[in-house]
Amino acid sequence: MELTTIWFALIAVLWIGYFVLEGFDFGVGMLLPILGRNEPERRAILRTIGPVWDGNEVWVIVAGGATFAAFPEWYATLFSGFYLPLFLILVGLIVRGVGIEYRNKRGAVAWRARWDTLIAISSFLPALLWGVAFANIVAGVPIDAHRNYTGNLFTLLNPFGLLGGATTLLLFLTHGLVFLALKTEGDLRERANRLVTPVGLVTAVVAVAFLAWANVQTGTAISSVVAVVAALCFVGGLAANRVRREGWAFLGSAVTIGLAVVSLFLALFPEVMPSSTDPAFSLTVTNASSTPYTLTIMTVVAVIFTPIVLIYQGWTYWTFRKRVMVQRAKAQP
Amino acid sequence: MLSRWQFGVTTVYHFLFVPLTIGMAFATAGFQTAWYRTGREQYLRLTRFVGELFLINFALGVVTGIVQEFQFGMNWSSYSRFVGDIFGAPLAIEGLLAFFLESTFLGLWIFGWDRLGKGVHLATIWIAAVGSAVSAYIILAANAWMQHPVGYEVNQAAGRAELKDFFAVVTNVTALITFPHTIAAAFMTTGALLTGVALWRLLRHRTEDEGAFRAIAKAGATMLLVSGLVVAVTGDMQGKIMTDQQPMKMAAAEALWNTEQPASFSLFTIGTLDGSKDVFSIRVPNVLSFLATGDFNGKVEGINELQAQEVAKYGPGDYTPNTPVTYWTFRLMIGAGALAALAALWFLVGLRKGRVPGRGAVTVAILLPFLPLAANSFAWLFTEVGRQPWIVFGLMPTAAAVSPTSTTAEVLLTLVGFTVLYGALAVVMAGLMVRRVRAGLPEAATDKTFEHEAEQEAAEAELGLGY
Repeated sequence: MELTTIWFALIAVLWIGYFVLEGFDFGVGMLLPILGRNEPERRAILRTIGPVWDGNEVWVIVAGGATFAAFPEWYATLFSGFYLPLFLILVGLIVRGVGIEYRNKRGAVAWRARWDTLIAISSFLPALLWGVAFANIVAGVPIDAHRNYTGNLFTLLNPFGLLGGATTLLLFLTHGLVFLALKTEGDLRERANRLVTPVGLVTAVVAVAFLAWANVQTGTAISSVVAVVAALCFVGGLAANRVRREGWAFLGSAVTIGLAVVSLFLALFPEVMPSSTDPAFSLTVTNASSTPYTLTIMTVVAVIFTPIVLIYQGWTYWTFRKRVMVQRAKAQP
Repeated sequence: MLSRWQFGVTTVYHFLFVPLTIGMAFATAGFQTAWYRTGREQYLRLTRFVGELFLINFALGVVTGIVQEFQFGMNWSSYSRFVGDIFGAPLAIEGLLAFFLESTFLGLWIFGWDRLGKGVHLATIWIAAVGSAVSAYIILAANAWMQHPVGYEVNQAAGRAELKDFFAVVTNVTALITFPHTIAAAFMTTGALLTGVALWRLLRHRTEDEGAFRAIAKAGATMLLVSGLVVAVTGDMQGKIMTDQQPMKMAAAEALWNTEQPASFSLFTIGTLDGSKDVFSIRVPNVLSFLATGDFNGKVEGINELQAQEVAKYGPGDYTPNTPVTYWTFRLMIGAGALAALAALWFLVGLRKGRVPGRGAVTVAILLPFLPLAANSFAWLFTEVGRQPWIVFGLMPTAAAVSPTSTTAEVLLTLVGFTVLYGALAVVMAGLMVRRVRAGLPEAATDKTFEHEAEQEAAEAELGLGY
């Protein structure tokens, strides 16, 4: 296989890792003030992601870095073109990260309530905007002969882009609900579990519409099949949740998100950023890539270290595999 | 221009937290090791105290780091296209090797007190600390390439620099010497914070946990002093390499307009803004010669000569960086660092045999943590401003590196946005730090976990590491 193809696949893997893992973090963040009825519950909700959210977020840093290294032209066009959405995503990630870490550093009720709201909003923003960004990458955006994006923020807010945003938003919300049902106990778990079905059904409709539209636009036979399998996994996950097999349900929503990304990347290949101005200006895995020498070095590094990362991140999840208890004793002042 | 301001603001801000994060991680690991070895409760309490300060700081270090990773593409897309083949790899490798390590093991450390064995738990903080140091090396190697490009060839047809020798890039002499300088500066910063905090506690609340704070103050001051020495030595070595690689930066650091042999070093100058005429200056003979060449009688080339040389080499243009900024950041960096080291010496003497330092010590203790922070920022500004007009020395001018797509309004919006957000977060963070220090040492509670403790009482929950 060509090195450029390998790196296209690796970057897809990094985004899969990011969306599958940070996806439930976003969901949990958005649900924090809604599902958490009181302070002990909210704290339990945050503790479900406490040990892992930061490690999950690194996936996007590595995805960005790998795109820079393997496809500098893609990185340059994408990041300079999607300027304002990325700015908003960054603001979201900053506020969210600080909020999760700082919320419990003070006991004041107002302090915590303010951070809870901020965490929810700042989880909502990236969850929505990543979908808008990816939908537009797949559909193609105006790019000129110098490989510069010539649209503006509103070019990206087209119906297909917004549908993509709604899809990631809802998928992450469902994923977060399933995760909370899996990781909490008692009443909190019950409520999360019960919410999965209604939210999941809405999600299924939106996600199927989006994936169908994407595959009609630029899909191939394989990408369409993958999209169908993704939809089936999602329904399977919802069913598993109904019979309270939350581990299987979580696997279902995780695989769904992963396969949805696979389907989009398959629909994209071999282009990485199609130009809607003129197909001749499109960025492809070949014309956007680094030299074979750089790709070879990067491949060696990735082959050695990616499994190590997977092993120790896996170990973290194993270490914190127990459900989180809501500690009601000696509640807040 | 706005993009430069944005990069400057966000990077200086990010770099306020990074050295503290690196140093505090090692300090926390050190105290925990002491606890692990001796089993003394005091060390556990110190571990938690230092660890909490570390985490408050780490949160901001992380979130501002994501901005760094993205803004090369957002504001500097032409730069990214030109250097991506070389510059992208370190960024990707930094994430894969270091950031995953840091964030994952820190998560294990924060929440793993009762889930992991004592030894394994100790290992997690060490791994996180090592991860932070690895990341520092990789990103400094990337920056070193901008200061002194090696292992590349420019492909004119493709319009970019291409990597030819990866090993040369990661063993760039500039990176090898900048790394110990930066790490030592990180330890200075941490030493200063610990010393300042501990002395402030000691002098204000003399009796409460005196032994523990005495221990931190001494450890911090020693750390500050020893690493200050390393900073000075490595800084001196850097100066010589810099004279070799970027003679213009050294000339601008001294505002040396004409070549001199031997060259004197001015401690302080009031001159016309372009530096061409001194109104008043205090000069130490021969010192610049030594700083630049290692020989008290060495020849140091002046800005005018270098400007002429660079015009001959790169074509017409202005190759002189902003001299007043370069001149003053160089001095303020050295001055702030030296002052911090002197304060540490005074405190160490003052703390001998159960005594405490005398008058004025509280003020100095409060100011102390800010000295290395200031020195770090000045150092970063110095090395970046001194390299101008180049973004990659000798290869690419900064003016050619910005994104052609982003409008002034957009860049202005994000610049103001980040600045306001960062400012607000700095206030929040400083507030939390002060609260934490005011609260004093946490209880030891060896058999309980941070998490369980956090549940116990509101007051205690405030102090817990986890949530």
